[in-house]
Amino acid sequence: MSRPKIARKSTFIDMTAMCDVAFLLLSFFMLATKFKPDEPVVVVTPASISQVILPDADIMLITVDAKGRVFFSVDNKNIRKGLIQDMNEYKGLGLTEAEMNSFAIGGSIGTPFNQMKGYLSATPDARAAFDKTTAGVPTDTSVNNPDNELAMWIRSARNNNPKLRICIKADGEATYPSVQKIIATLAGWKIFKFNLITNLKAIPPGSFASRPAETAAK
Amino acid sequence: MAELDTSSGGGHKKGGVKKAKKLSTRIDLTPMVDLGFLLITFFIFTTTMSKPKTMELNMPFKDENMQKKDQSKVKESVALTIILTKNHGVFYYEGIGSDPTKPPKVEYTTFKNPGGIRDVIIDKKKRVDAMVASGANGLTKTDKTTILIKPDINSTYEDFVSIIDEMSINGIQVYAVVDITQVDRELAGITDTAPVAAPAP
Repeated sequence: MSRPKIARKSTFIDMTAMCDVAFLLLSFFMLATKFKPDEPVVVVTPASISQVILPDADIMLITVDAKGRVFFSVDNKNIRKGLIQDMNEYKGLGLTEAEMNSFAIGGSIGTPFNQMKGYLSATPDARAAFDKTTAGVPTDTSVNNPDNELAMWIRSARNNNPKLRICIKADGEATYPSVQKIIATLAGWKIFKFNLITNLKAIPPGSFASRPAETAAK
Repeated sequence: MAELDTSSGGGHKKGGVKKAKKLSTRIDLTPMVDLGFLLITFFIFTTTMSKPKTMELNMPFKDENMQKKDQSKVKESVALTIILTKNHGVFYYEGIGSDPTKPPKVEYTTFKNPGGIRDVIIDKKKRVDAMVASGANGLTKTDKTTILIKPDINSTYEDFVSIIDEMSINGIQVYAVVDITQVDRELAGITDTAPVAAPAP
């Protein structure tokens, strides 16, 4: 007695459906993605209950790392170009067109003016290495101090784009005086309203801030 | 599909149109799916889905040419002064400490909850609301609990954000971040002078 033959099924699976799903997801991620901005330092921001979302455009970002080093950045490429041209003229940096372009497409800058030319003409690797050891943009509490380079950056950036919203992204471990210098510099330019970038944390239950949500739930 | 028939040599045969061999239209999509998922993985890893959250901060307006009459006065009875200090500690006292003959009682607490600075703020708010309701100390409805935040040189940015966050958690509408004075430092018994806070511009 011979066993009944089991019919051999084809191992070929129709991949069309899977392919559809894969490309659907792919197009979603491509459209929804916004690349992480290139940041020279790692900053761990403290948490707050604020839920205001940072706008996409017109941002001036002042980064302070745990050691209190200050980095400065503006988001738009064209504004960055205008900014470095102004700085080149004003401070007599003697930058070439290529060096100015490398500033325009670069990220946060934490370089004093006297090292700017060398920094911008260096290779990306050398720049990343420099960012690890740099002292950051020199800052002071008074805008009248000629050494307060951050004040000049802020003024020129605002001249190039008056709509700029000022954001401070500081590390939780940074000392208050290092942040206070920035706040004082902003106050010197009569800027009293700005944003602090924070992580989100839950609103403590039973507190004043949680009341609207709790009454709505009832 | 849109192909031109170029094999026209020799004229038509009797049998008419030559039947083309039907090729299978099935394509193996596996490599395409592989590529698709590879790209998905790439985008997932490089994307930042959650946008950063921000906290709005309004500093008190400051101008060298400001007239004395334009400056807002803080009533002693509605005010609470908070001094941020090292090791995430907090000193606080009632009022603004403007009367040197009656130094306020300075107390120490932390950010922990319960039993931290939040309870102090809630308690202060309750007392001010009661005073406003009863009209004690000449307070009217326009008076609100006012908190002065004075971060010391050895406090961290985290403390600063935490205390401003406490303002929104507890619904304190009037608060101001001001520079710490030598009087405050003496009141709180802060002696370390390592990074000296520079005077206001």
